[in-house]
Amino acid sequence: MAKLLKAQRMALSTNYAVAYAVKMVDVDVIAAYPITPQTHVVEKLAEFIANGELNAEMIHVESEHSALSAVIGAAAIGARTFTATSAQGLEFMHEITHIASGMRLPIVMSVATRALSAPISIWCDYSDIMNVRDASWIIYFTSRAQETFDTIIQAYKVAENEKVLLPVMVAYDGFITSHTYEPVDLPDEEEVRKFVPKKVTWYTLNPKKPVTMGPVGPPDWYYEFKYQQVVAFENSLPVIKQVNDEFAKWFGRKYDVIELYMMDDAEIALVSYGSVVGTIRETIDELRKEGIKVGLLNLRLFRPFPVEDIKKYLSKVPIVGILDRAISYGAPYGGPAYTDIASVFYHERERPMLVNFIIGIGQRTILPDDIKFIAKKLKEYLERKHVPHKPIFVGVRE
Amino acid sequence: MSSLPGWKRIPIGAVITEPGSSLKYKTGDWRVMRPIIDQEKCVRCRTCWVFCPDGAIMEVKKPYRTKAGREYDVSYEINYDYCKGCGICAHECPVKAITMVEEVK
Amino acid sequence: MKSYFKSLKDLPIEEYFVSGHRLCAGCLAGMIMRHLTKVAGPNTIIVNATGCLEVATTIYPYTAWRIPWIHVAFENAASVASGIEAAIKILKKKGVIREEERINVIAVAGDGGTYDIGFQALSGMLERGHKVMYVLYDNEAYMNTGIQRSGGTPLYAWTTTTPVGKVWKGEMRPKKPIAEIVAAHKIPYVATANPAYVIDMVNKFKRGLEVEGPAFIHVIQPCVAGWRIDSARSVEIARLAVLTGMWINYEIDHGEFKVTTRVPKRKPVKEYLRLQGRFRHLTDKDIEEIQEFVNKEVERINKLVGEEVIGPVVE
Repeated sequence: MAKLLKAQRMALSTNYAVAYAVKMVDVDVIAAYPITPQTHVVEKLAEFIANGELNAEMIHVESEHSALSAVIGAAAIGARTFTATSAQGLEFMHEITHIASGMRLPIVMSVATRALSAPISIWCDYSDIMNVRDASWIIYFTSRAQETFDTIIQAYKVAENEKVLLPVMVAYDGFITSHTYEPVDLPDEEEVRKFVPKKVTWYTLNPKKPVTMGPVGPPDWYYEFKYQQVVAFENSLPVIKQVNDEFAKWFGRKYDVIELYMMDDAEIALVSYGSVVGTIRETIDELRKEGIKVGLLNLRLFRPFPVEDIKKYLSKVPIVGILDRAISYGAPYGGPAYTDIASVFYHERERPMLVNFIIGIGQRTILPDDIKFIAKKLKEYLERKHVPHKPIFVGVRE
Repeated sequence: MSSLPGWKRIPIGAVITEPGSSLKYKTGDWRVMRPIIDQEKCVRCRTCWVFCPDGAIMEVKKPYRTKAGREYDVSYEINYDYCKGCGICAHECPVKAITMVEEVK
Repeated sequence: MKSYFKSLKDLPIEEYFVSGHRLCAGCLAGMIMRHLTKVAGPNTIIVNATGCLEVATTIYPYTAWRIPWIHVAFENAASVASGIEAAIKILKKKGVIREEERINVIAVAGDGGTYDIGFQALSGMLERGHKVMYVLYDNEAYMNTGIQRSGGTPLYAWTTTTPVGKVWKGEMRPKKPIAEIVAAHKIPYVATANPAYVIDMVNKFKRGLEVEGPAFIHVIQPCVAGWRIDSARSVEIARLAVLTGMWINYEIDHGEFKVTTRVPKRKPVKEYLRLQGRFRHLTDKDIEEIQEFVNKEVERINKLVGEEVIGPVVE
């Protein structure tokens, strides 16, 4: 029998941190196909199984489409499951992502975000994850190894909650976050297992109580099942916050659906997600020295979109720059996060000026100078009381 | 509006929790021809029951004595609630004990 | 060949696939499923790919299945089945499911979901050696979407995507030898079966469920709507497929090849072809070509077996 790990601090890349988290929740079935930059997650899990440290079945599937399909089959029996992918892999299993959520199975998937082909790129941006935002999965954005480790554990608790029963994606920067080693405090494995005990709260295939899963939903019925998913999303936000609180009580680290830095007196707010928030935080310190009152709102939860939190922390800020790491081609005014935030404020009396900046496409490096440029541009727009009505593409060569 | 149950009352994920609920859907009205089994000619070989794609032929524990004096302890009966009138039973019956007649209401 | 069932009387009475489904009148897929589920019994999980069977038997809120059943998508019956099989294995190891509990995992798909779109998933499942029985019900075209050709459509068959006109005369290619491709994966059991030969078919289902790894049963299924046949004659046509040598019932059990339905006197192929509207356009020359094709195949099989298991054509 596998020996359970004791609390310790390790130097781990986020990919390896994900593998440790998945091991610690006592996953039953893993099915994944390698794709850069996710590969290490699955390699580490294979190592754990090979050494007898993790009692799980690893299905060496022949594609990502089969990976998510196999995991659906396993979850349908009541197993705790996991898969991981990026970009093209996520697109290949795209069809199945809608099915996983439509069948209300609590699958957890980690995504090392990567730019979508064409041209082929193995490097980071959020185009892959933005392409599945309507697939009815809960989507977390993390930016650090510890945070990702903690979020994976929470993801299982949220997914398997009776009122939720939706699959969950935890997305983090490919390469920048996935491959960077950081210190990670691993809790006692036994404590983790107690935090996410196994209880099958969903319908399963059981000869003793036969059910039919995945039937045809004719027009008289389909809508109702989709509405149930809408309700599940409404239920999920309080559950996510509750799990955040419980995690803080058990393991001492508190997370929220958004993270704030110097927002108390900010005149200019920068909203973003992923590792760039680290660069933004450091640059804010420098900008503050120059007297520019900038703050950061790190968007940690993308679906369900944390409407009330966004309203609470941004409505009184005069101008907000939303830094999207993905392009929504042909969209009216800007990238995905911008569009969501603009929707939030459309009906509000108190609303900030909003400007969209597109950054880091295909892992185009974002330097502190770029953040300064953005902050200064926002200052300019604030003074002129006028914003551009289209996104500003930072870093692209003319 | 419809009298069908709403999203609050149906199991999530479109799971059908009642096995064999298709029994509530009577496909018998698809029929244009209906099979009639002549119990006198039937030799209880099971062929019709085996080949019916709809399970619309029932093997019932109804003993039967033919006029010629042969005794059987089962009989085969068409379940007209579901029989679609495909005609396989009549065509395959080795003793031509089943005839297809026009379905008239 | 293992003989678990010897006569029709040996078939269990209990129905696990019930009436009220919406398969066409005369569709033998229904009959095949009745017997598959009788053989497999209630401790079975069916993984069904998108297709006629799936769509006609599970229209919410109606289901014709009295055993656990899951449908996910068109091309992944084999992957979903792999996931279920692996989950059962690990849950047994972890004591969540009792070790002695026997649960059959059966993937059921049509020729669309097997020959073509589902081919990758099938090959993966076979290569990984999951203990899953895969039953292919082959009606030789994508019937559910309206009779379009598939990799299993036979030469010269009319379909809506290989129609008969001035330039084309139906399907231009012969059937992909799916059972042979599957057998090349060296799995413990591969068999071809025919619903007209019920005892042979159910024995093969049973054997497939017994073996210690993947099993593949390729069942021919005449389609009333797609083959343009008289619904009452669907079993007769299935029988003629064997009697003309156009379909050969065989099994490969741990590498040992055996023809399980001998045909001492073969009927000419035209007796099979002329009953089907999809072959109505065939000229005598076309029929001769098909006859030659069958003759060669029969010769190959007889040579492989080392005995004349399929005899000559006798008018």
